[in-house]
Amino acid sequence: MAIIEVNGLSKRYGGRTALDGVSFSVEEGEIFGILGPNGAGKTTAVECLEGLRRPDSGTVRVLGLDPQADGRELHQRIGVQLQQTGLPGSIRVREALELYASFYDSPRDPGELLAQWDLEDKRDARVRKLSGGQAQRLYIALALVGAPRVAFLDELTTGLDPQARRSTWELIRRIRDEGVTVVLISHFMDEAEELCDRLAVFDSGRIVATGSPGGLIEQATGGGGRMRFRPVGELDLALLAGVPGVTDVRRSGTHVTVSGRGDFATAVTSVLARNHIVVADLRIDQSTLDDAYLALTGGAPARD
Amino acid sequence: MFGKILAIEFRLRMREVLTPAFAVALPLALLFGFGLMPDATKPAKDLGGESLAEYMAVLGTGIAFAILSLMMLPGVLSDYRERGVLRRMRATPVRPSALLTAQLVINAGAGAVTAAIMIGVGAAAFGTPAPRGFGWFLLAAALCLWELLAIGSLITAVSPNARAGNAIGSVLFFPSMFFAGVYFPYDKMPHTLQRICDCTPLGAGIRTMRDAWLGHAPHPYQLVIMAGYAVVATAAAARLFRWE
Repeated sequence: MAIIEVNGLSKRYGGRTALDGVSFSVEEGEIFGILGPNGAGKTTAVECLEGLRRPDSGTVRVLGLDPQADGRELHQRIGVQLQQTGLPGSIRVREALELYASFYDSPRDPGELLAQWDLEDKRDARVRKLSGGQAQRLYIALALVGAPRVAFLDELTTGLDPQARRSTWELIRRIRDEGVTVVLISHFMDEAEELCDRLAVFDSGRIVATGSPGGLIEQATGGGGRMRFRPVGELDLALLAGVPGVTDVRRSGTHVTVSGRGDFATAVTSVLARNHIVVADLRIDQSTLDDAYLALTGGAPARD
Repeated sequence: MFGKILAIEFRLRMREVLTPAFAVALPLALLFGFGLMPDATKPAKDLGGESLAEYMAVLGTGIAFAILSLMMLPGVLSDYRERGVLRRMRATPVRPSALLTAQLVINAGAGAVTAAIMIGVGAAAFGTPAPRGFGWFLLAAALCLWELLAIGSLITAVSPNARAGNAIGSVLFFPSMFFAGVYFPYDKMPHTLQRICDCTPLGAGIRTMRDAWLGHAPHPYQLVIMAGYAVVATAAAARLFRWE
């Protein structure tokens, strides 16, 4: 059953259209990604779901509730990590969790969350003394302290170093494994590809594609990818151009790059083997969500 | 829930030291600094027959009220808004107005503590009499705190960030000090200037608190002036306040 349903959501600020007839649904228990460049309308859409913004038109149901009419009830059941939000600098970690726990009818135990999010030895630290990663864990814990059924996490990993990003991904999976549906707003493709069960790609206030990361890659780029190698000895490029699935063959210096879709790489290697052509420095890159995203948002041509 | 917010905000204010410093340490310093001067406890002609210690008790109360309302309150609230503390609260079952209310309660409470120190410590250390018109004093102090806190909230409402909030607070604070008679005693001011002082929020507050302390009923128009500031500033702040 869909835990979030959005139909024809539109919002304008002055003369600018922020959202233009956006529709999507989120299933219970999944990590749903909302992707798109800055200014694509992601945050506006999510703020409409959270009841922080009133849509101009369209219907929104989160857990069966209308965020505008039943905001108070909804806020009891969702957890939110918004962008650009913070805590008083001198509040202690433990105090912040206890304070937020007091907002909810049936909160989780702050002590348990401290242990779970590895903040036990920082419990008496002031928030302003926390490292980026520690603060991030505290903010996630605060979003979960009300025992929500849906957690909205907006640009969680922006500004974190690569290692902290990876550990944040682990944390997000843990939230889902506890049965909380996660709506993840991001502009990082690798993050979305890694984490999301399904996602919606936003561009200029519209949704340009929805589906699983694999499905979107397949749909936008035809799957496949690129292989690059250095032939040892002579190679006639025409030999490869005729291989099924290959869309492009080109030589750059001593290297040859073959693009294709589907299982083209296996076909190319067997043609090379049959013709006794030895290659060095072989590298195969699968199409990523990045390629799909560029194709979908028209950032650059990824299709032949 | 509100109790928890109030308790934590109280702890934070104590932890950051400024609130207790202005509400407790500053009035004590004024009281002892002036109270220990020669002849401070004798009626002074320059002060309309009041003793210096007694005059300082009222002036110190007023100064503390102004610091708490015009500087502490906008400072904390605009910092909270800038950091997104208020925005974060919007997505919880609690309205950020609870935080605003907690801040008002704490600053009003700190103001009450200041007044109590001025009355209690003044009596114990310098034998200053308690306000003779005690009911009037309570009314004058309450009105004065209300109008100043409302003006402080209005400052927060119109300032785009914490720095602007602090700046506007200071810009209002220092002239307030002048009109309250801090730099130059009210009783030695020319008549016209005195009337101007009576029309400023802090000047009116200090005048009525002084009158009450000496056992006089306040001038009704002074009460009306304070109530006017209070009502207008409260309404404007409520209309203009932004959570983010």
